[in-house]
Amino acid sequence: MARTYFLLLWTWTRAAAAYPVSFAMMTVLGFAIAAIDVAVILIIFANTTTLAGFSREEVLFLYGAANLAFTICDTFVSNLDRVSTHIKAGTLDTFLIRPVGAWIQLAADRFMATRIGRILQAGLVLGYAVSALGIGWERAWMIPVMVLTGIVIFASLWTIAGALQFLLTDAPEVVNTLTYGGSQLTQYPFSVYTRDLVKGVTYVLPLAFVNWQPGLYVLDRADPFGTPGFMRFLGPAAALVLALSAALVWRQGLRHYRSTGS
Amino acid sequence: MRCGAPGPRRIIASFPSADPCAGPGTVRDRALTPWRCKTFPLYARLVRYGFRKHATYVRGALAGAFTNSVFGILRAYTLIAVWQARPGLAGYDITDAITFCFVTQAFIGPMQLFGGGLTIPERIRSGDIALDLVRPASLQLWTLAEDVGRAAYLFLVRGIPPMLLGALLFGISVPTRPGQWAAFLTGFALAVIVSFGWRYLVALSVCWLLDDRGVTVLSMVLSTFFSGMMVPLHLFPGWFGDLVMVLPWAAMVQLPTDLYLGTAAVADTLAVQALWAAVLLGLGALGTRAIRHKVVIQGG
Repeated sequence: MARTYFLLLWTWTRAAAAYPVSFAMMTVLGFAIAAIDVAVILIIFANTTTLAGFSREEVLFLYGAANLAFTICDTFVSNLDRVSTHIKAGTLDTFLIRPVGAWIQLAADRFMATRIGRILQAGLVLGYAVSALGIGWERAWMIPVMVLTGIVIFASLWTIAGALQFLLTDAPEVVNTLTYGGSQLTQYPFSVYTRDLVKGVTYVLPLAFVNWQPGLYVLDRADPFGTPGFMRFLGPAAALVLALSAALVWRQGLRHYRSTGS
Repeated sequence: MRCGAPGPRRIIASFPSADPCAGPGTVRDRALTPWRCKTFPLYARLVRYGFRKHATYVRGALAGAFTNSVFGILRAYTLIAVWQARPGLAGYDITDAITFCFVTQAFIGPMQLFGGGLTIPERIRSGDIALDLVRPASLQLWTLAEDVGRAAYLFLVRGIPPMLLGALLFGISVPTRPGQWAAFLTGFALAVIVSFGWRYLVALSVCWLLDDRGVTVLSMVLSTFFSGMMVPLHLFPGWFGDLVMVLPWAAMVQLPTDLYLGTAAVADTLAVQALWAAVLLGLGALGTRAIRHKVVIQGG
């Protein structure tokens, strides 16, 4: 299974490298795209010293942690959201008759090795923020846990986004609100949002566990919304529940797929 | 070419005719084209066809409107936090900042800020561009006409919902004076042309690069960051802030939004936009001439 996945990744990488100018540009630009978000944060902090009670380094820490998880998923599973393209083109059927799971094939479909620059960039920002904030190991142990939690949460969201496209064949863009919207939401401390929105992304869609709740523990801050301390450690459990529901939704979507027969 | 035979003529009559002077003197032609010169009606019809082509995908456009609205809400909260920390920053109050956010979200569709909207890269790859180039009409004006139709449709369907939602959830300001509306609508029209001029150049570059992915991403980076889509360009510090205000991407988003808010000098703003529209269209015309000499057709 994993072997097939990496074989597919390698095939797509070689295909993309056939256009060397584009390939080189994409690698550099992958870095530039990621840099835009950091530039926006830096521009905001060129005008103010705190944003909703958080300093520049704290915001960069929250951004870096969420974005590391997000870019890893964006690189390795984001092509799941091309399901509707395949349904419309009639190419989904070919994925289904091959002796490998459709999820594996779709996740590897059109893999872009050039996105790895973005992962690197997120890692650099996180590394800078952690060293600038001087976070000790007694709290920093949470960082790998939160990144792994984030990966599971974002991968589950992409799976749900892919599955929803069995229904939303005409309007695939809607599911971007789940995936890219989730990334946009987690770029800033949740204290900029209203209480109701934060409740929604804590208890319904567990985006708060990507970086906000565990991040508060790492930064040793109290939650401005007053959630109890044990919530900081619930991330892995929330991610597991979401992953199981995503698997269920994906199976349902695939089971109800009727080929166009063309 | 095909005008002589009555059969094919009937079939192609429902599409924009390739030849502005096709089928002279026919009843249908006289009914549709009041002038002797049929070049203007050709482009007017192309605008209509561009509009109708996109009107076919109404659910896709509404999905785009939904997505733009959700992202608008998330951006609005961030901007509110910034303006709460620094009231009056960049000459905006909080309502202006929220309005800025939703107006710029409304621009994503019409200005096609994430790139694309033109079929030229695909047509270059498939070789169809050779057909486009032998038509007795300018490729650039042809594409512009279709793009204006597209922008008009997306302004209605993808532009207005995010603004309505913004007005409902946060409250946004609306220009009160007719002069302000006129300035904004002129600025908006110029911005659509600037956006087209830029995307047309990006699309033509495929002729030399063969793969459009690299330039598409470059274009997206430039036209989201330097247009004011992410944060108002007034927040950019120092000389960098002054520089980005006179680049073509500012003419797509920041300048028309300032016209909407009424915070910019109208004549200067429109002049900058008109200048960029002229420069980009001029470069596009040169590019069109160049690809006539250098069309690389892959496949066949």
